[in-house]
Amino acid sequence: MDIIYTIWLRSMIRYIRSKSRIVGSISMPLFFLLFLGFGLNSVVRIPGLGENYIQFLIPGMVAMSVLFTSVFSGIQIIWDKQFGFLKETLVAPVTRMEIMLGQTFGGATTALIQGIIIMVISLFVGLQVQSVIGFFIALGFMVLIGISFTAFGIAIASRMEDMTGFQLIMNFVVFPIFGLSGALFPISSLPSWIAPVTMIDPLTYGVEGIRYGLTGVSQINPVLSFMVIGGFACIMTIIGAFLFRKISI
Amino acid sequence: MTPAIQVHELTKKYGNLVAVDNISFEIKQGEIFGLLGPNGAGKTTTLSMLSTMQKPTSGTATVQGKDVEKNEDEVRKAIGIVFQDQSLDEELTAGENMDFHGRLYRIPPDERNQRIDSLLRLVELYDRKKDIVKTFSGGMRRRLEIARGLLHHPSVLFLDEPTLGLDPQTRNHLWQYIADLSKEKHITIILTTHYMEEADRLCDRIAIIDHGSIIALDTPQNLKNGIGGDIITIQTPDFNTATEVLSEPWIHRIETHNDEIRIFLMNAEQHISDIITRVNQQNITIHSVSIHKPTLEDVFLSFTGKTIREQEINGKEMMRMHMRRGKR
Ligand SMILES: Nc1ncnc2c1ncn2[C@@H]1O[C@H](COP(=O)(O)OP(=O)(O)O)[C@@H](O)[C@H]1O
Ligand SMILES: [Mg+2]
Repeated sequence: MDIIYTIWLRSMIRYIRSKSRIVGSISMPLFFLLFLGFGLNSVVRIPGLGENYIQFLIPGMVAMSVLFTSVFSGIQIIWDKQFGFLKETLVAPVTRMEIMLGQTFGGATTALIQGIIIMVISLFVGLQVQSVIGFFIALGFMVLIGISFTAFGIAIASRMEDMTGFQLIMNFVVFPIFGLSGALFPISSLPSWIAPVTMIDPLTYGVEGIRYGLTGVSQINPVLSFMVIGGFACIMTIIGAFLFRKISI
Repeated sequence: MTPAIQVHELTKKYGNLVAVDNISFEIKQGEIFGLLGPNGAGKTTTLSMLSTMQKPTSGTATVQGKDVEKNEDEVRKAIGIVFQDQSLDEELTAGENMDFHGRLYRIPPDERNQRIDSLLRLVELYDRKKDIVKTFSGGMRRRLEIARGLLHHPSVLFLDEPTLGLDPQTRNHLWQYIADLSKEKHITIILTTHYMEEADRLCDRIAIIDHGSIIALDTPQNLKNGIGGDIITIQTPDFNTATEVLSEPWIHRIETHNDEIRIFLMNAEQHISDIITRVNQQNITIHSVSIHKPTLEDVFLSFTGKTIREQEINGKEMMRMHMRRGKR
């Protein structure tokens, strides 16, 4: 436990110090929120929410910010590899499982904070949190998304030598996961051939869970969402730990 | 007393490349032991196996009696290591880097803080404790890494090219630290280097390593004595004739290397004029003459037929070829 905490602590110190990263990873969801949100607010009709696209979009943007922050936190292992710091951790009398879990929780915490920042900003553009319980449900889903995708990032980083493959992963894996997740558009209004793809995207369940928590309305039963994203978090952690165990420097 | 390190027929292969080739040696408690050899000789790979970071292909090694493969955790607790390439977190302060290390090695908080302060004082970085490592010079980073490597009181310290890339003044300073450390803390130090002077000045015993094999192992003095006296180096275009005219009983041995002849003999000062006279009588041009006491460079040269520098250039070529092959 103390080792996991140590690794987590380092992630936190680094996070607090990286002002540019904090601002950078807030700017994109914020941009989406303002332009898409206000631009389409009166055009798009959302089932259950009526003419309130912004209410619909906010949970999606929170999920987006959590997704990108956590993937990035996981991928950070590559920097540690390149700057040599990973060796310092690997040569210590600790297990790789502890290192991996510390890194995962660190990434998830960072992602959670980023998501909360978006949530707070959203209060000014119309977010109305329905209940305290709802708020905590949303936080729970954010944590699960954070764990899943930090572990995903660690898994990727364990197999990559340097950052050259990073853009590829972003374009062909992370953006599609985001785009197909129902963060931007309601699942029921998608063309029928895309809907099944959306249903196999694990992030869909995370987004729907946050949406349920924040707005009280969702198209997927929150219990199902919880089981899918929770299961996905476990599987990714196992895969991440497995690949990290075999990391070579 | 068990030796600090025992290495028996240790081998590491990367595909077809034999990075470490069947080496065996022992290091005594409290000794400063050097692995001296050109780039690519296999020094870092050897340390990687001893520090449990790489699995040997064959052979065995123990650190403080613990097998590096079977008893990984015990070995890790017993060693401190300063890697060849920097391994600090540049975004953290010196103190935070130390603290992180102390926590990883589960040193209780009070003890940890007290040791951090005293070690930072030792390497003269105490007043920079709260500064981010990014702002540190190469020498300061190296000192910080050494302090960090000592934090958990290892009984064996590994230093991989501790002064690589540092300016001469900082290098001298670090040598002093390392020598003092070994005396005051009674820890065993194994260091790798391709600087002759470093090995000579610091090490109690040196293993000269080339192409993965140990080609000589002894005290620096014995290694140099083994050369056979002093060395007179004559630069001449006509080194074959020059070699022929010099056949005196007091000449121990003659080697030619590039456009130089290297004459090994005792009491070179007494014989130098004699040698020059003989060469002159044959009308052989002499570009330059020098006398020197044998250095480890001479030892390396006499064992491998190449200077370390030449060997390194070869090594780099080999590495490039290796990489090209790898890419295809
Ligand atoms: N991970 C690796 N994969 C393939 N070859 C390697 C690896 N590490 C080292 N080598 C090769 O092994 C040889 C010895 O390298 P190394 O131990 O780093 O030498 P030194 O530290 O003496 O400079 C070199 O030829 C190097 O290219
Ligand atoms: Mg090396």
